[in-house]
Amino acid sequence: MVLLPIMFIGLFFLFPVGTVVGRGLGGEGLDAVGELMRSSRQRSVLWFTFWQAVVSTVLTLAVALPAAATVGGLSDRARRVVRSLVTVPFVLPTVVVAGAFDELFFATGLDSGAFRLRHTVWAILIAHIFFNYAVVVRVVGTAWAGLDGRQAEAARVLGASRWWAWREVTLPLLRPAISSASAIVFLFSFTSFGAVLILGGPRRATLETEIYRYAVSRTDLTGAAALAVVQLAAVLALVAVSTWLERRRPAPIRMARSTPTLRSRSGRWINAVVASALLGVPLAVLVERSFSTGTGYGLGHYEALGTRVRQLPAPATTALWNSVHYAVLATALAVLIGVVASVVVVHGRSGWRRLFDLGLTLPLGTSAVTIGFGMLVALDEPPVDFRTRWWIIPVAHALVGVPFVVRTMVPLLRSIDPSIREAAAVLGASRRRIRREIDLVIGARGALVGGGFAFAVSLGEFGATSFLPRRPDDVTAPVALFRLLSTPGDLLRGQAMALAVVLMVLVSVSVFVIESSHGTTEGSL
Amino acid sequence: MKTLSLSLLAVVVLTAACGGEDRAGEFGSDPGGTTVTLMTHDSFAISDSVWEAFTAETGVTVELLQVGDAGAMVSEAILTKDAPIADVIFGVDNTFLQRGLDAALFQPYESPNLDRVFDELKLDDDNRVTPISFGDVCVNYWIDALPGAAVPTTLEDLTNERYAGQLVVQSPETSSPGLAFLLATIVGTDDWEQFWANLVANDVSIAAGWEDAYYGEFIAGGGERSIVVSYASSPPAEVIFADPPIDVAPTGVLLDSCFRQIEFAGVLAGAANPSGAAALIDFMLTDTFQEDVPLNMFVFPASQSAALPPEFVEHTTVPIAPHIMDPAEIEANRDAWVDRWVEIVLG
Repeated sequence: MVLLPIMFIGLFFLFPVGTVVGRGLGGEGLDAVGELMRSSRQRSVLWFTFWQAVVSTVLTLAVALPAAATVGGLSDRARRVVRSLVTVPFVLPTVVVAGAFDELFFATGLDSGAFRLRHTVWAILIAHIFFNYAVVVRVVGTAWAGLDGRQAEAARVLGASRWWAWREVTLPLLRPAISSASAIVFLFSFTSFGAVLILGGPRRATLETEIYRYAVSRTDLTGAAALAVVQLAAVLALVAVSTWLERRRPAPIRMARSTPTLRSRSGRWINAVVASALLGVPLAVLVERSFSTGTGYGLGHYEALGTRVRQLPAPATTALWNSVHYAVLATALAVLIGVVASVVVVHGRSGWRRLFDLGLTLPLGTSAVTIGFGMLVALDEPPVDFRTRWWIIPVAHALVGVPFVVRTMVPLLRSIDPSIREAAAVLGASRRRIRREIDLVIGARGALVGGGFAFAVSLGEFGATSFLPRRPDDVTAPVALFRLLSTPGDLLRGQAMALAVVLMVLVSVSVFVIESSHGTTEGSL
Repeated sequence: MKTLSLSLLAVVVLTAACGGEDRAGEFGSDPGGTTVTLMTHDSFAISDSVWEAFTAETGVTVELLQVGDAGAMVSEAILTKDAPIADVIFGVDNTFLQRGLDAALFQPYESPNLDRVFDELKLDDDNRVTPISFGDVCVNYWIDALPGAAVPTTLEDLTNERYAGQLVVQSPETSSPGLAFLLATIVGTDDWEQFWANLVANDVSIAAGWEDAYYGEFIAGGGERSIVVSYASSPPAEVIFADPPIDVAPTGVLLDSCFRQIEFAGVLAGAANPSGAAALIDFMLTDTFQEDVPLNMFVFPASQSAALPPEFVEHTTVPIAPHIMDPAEIEANRDAWVDRWVEIVLG
């Protein structure tokens, strides 16, 4: 069982990435990396990539943590609704979101003048908060919902102020979840592509956009490989640091029904306003456009999704079906591998733990170009001649899904009070039984929330997918959406907006269903 | 644990099976020669009936593999050169051609149908690649929104302050039409560096790609700018996909600004089915294929014998004297030009 994640990551990530980087560097080896980093442009790219990701992470935490607290205190059902709604940004291609933001900037006068947002680093940061809000709300909100509020209550009874109780009791308990979420947000921002290119404007470049530029625009595969090495090294270092931080203070907690929350009503209102301004307004722009036809508001663009326009290799509805099919597969794979890996990370031998944690998180911080090209180059002969198989696409999606499962599940597993497991052992339960009835029951909530992420990520994936060979019938919804936007004409644009809205609805409903499949054990033991 | 993993495995196997039964085949390994695999970019589109005609004629089925944009496709073809994923590649344009030639991607094939092709499109004397279609990257303008209703007629007009803040172009660093327009200015102006400096002074806007230029900043997508770098075939697309229907294209083309992009097909070196590949290239030059090209990909057929659809005849003009440049010259200078452009425009 332990071999499963190793084989998966080895065959579909390490082997391909190693092969493509090796081939790209060729005879030059690591000299190419040294030469690259001597250029001042690349040094400033590395620095910008790093600091914008740090700032994006801090800002996302600042905006989303209060929301996570509010979500933690909601009823099970309401919590699941909110958790599924916030996943919507995951499936929206940046070019669509950028259009909505542009429209907002224009409408609010922020497209020019002293408070110009367009083509500034602020636009990138706002987009990163938009895309990553869900990560914090979901990961931290899930952990929050499992906290035992009595500890904080006890502190309050003993005279601690609300703030003091939060800082000294609740925050330490949440630390594993917060650092887990931060790691994901950081890596997402670190490898963000569309937001940087489109919203940041032509003067900003990150490692990710540079890898694309070298590999695709310049056909400089050596330069691209050297950049990929820098990206991998940076990500490895950062993940190692975050793992170390995360492990430094494991906080045992009990699961209980009473949850510490931001009780104040005004807090909830503020969160609702922030969330709807940040997430709701750009999405409302899309919805409005999708219904707006040449003859007034109507369903015309939605009806058109069933007929194939010439620009698409298959009808948009086929693309939607493919995306759902791939997402189901990718989610099942990601959960299967993520659950095994999480148990190893928490309870395995210490060498394995570190290795699993690092290895499984790496794909999140690796360029789509590296993964896509790598699979194409490495998986080319029997017994692993997989590069033109249709299922390589959901496998690539699962690579990005696994870290979500691990990072949502591990904090939950770590938080299980050892005394519960000890008690079970004393009462005669076998190791296997303890794992099944304690670890997996408590961890299942994390696995499902992680699975919801994996689903959303797969449904919206446009990076590696776009580089992997696809037959016309295998087109995914994001690829179709992008195709619709590449030819002039209001009909095509309207259909693209309708497709985006269907994707939004599809992801919220699916995530809700996935997470509801385990509703009964939530927040209780 | 076991139950959970078993049930998940079951989901994987079942969904894989239910979606996979009709597509379990492998590509590119067909000793019998009954399929030929075509590697192409994401903008490729052709009617199903055209492929059916090919199969009826030759008994060969076409497997289509789409692998990203034209730049990604060339890189992928180079990376997989020793074990190609396809027999034929289509969509390498003249701005990327030399890279493919330098990497020895193609094996020569002289199609008997080559005599139908316009001579000026044939760029390789050794016939390693065959011209299939061409299009022109041109400046477009929204007719009703031009300041003072004055239509620009030359590239130099764009630096006129009448059009200040009106033009949006794509960065040649990240966009194929962006690069084509840069090449047009290098061929079409006396001093392209000064020209771009003047455009900057005239508040040109730079977008990362075609989508955010056309739909983000150009009036077509709700933006404010009335002049954009797009294609000579964009006006007919505006008519064909208009909502509500219109008779006259809302956009016009600045003919002096056009750069010709020629798209080639080639038989990949190491193709598993070279005879099928040759048959496919022959077929791509027949009228059946060529006449289906314009309305699917919004480019023009390379064959003189192919008739244009009425929408194209009515709403677009094929630029008579577009700017052109030798692929070897593009390859030799491209990175340096782009770097210089970055200094001038973004610096």
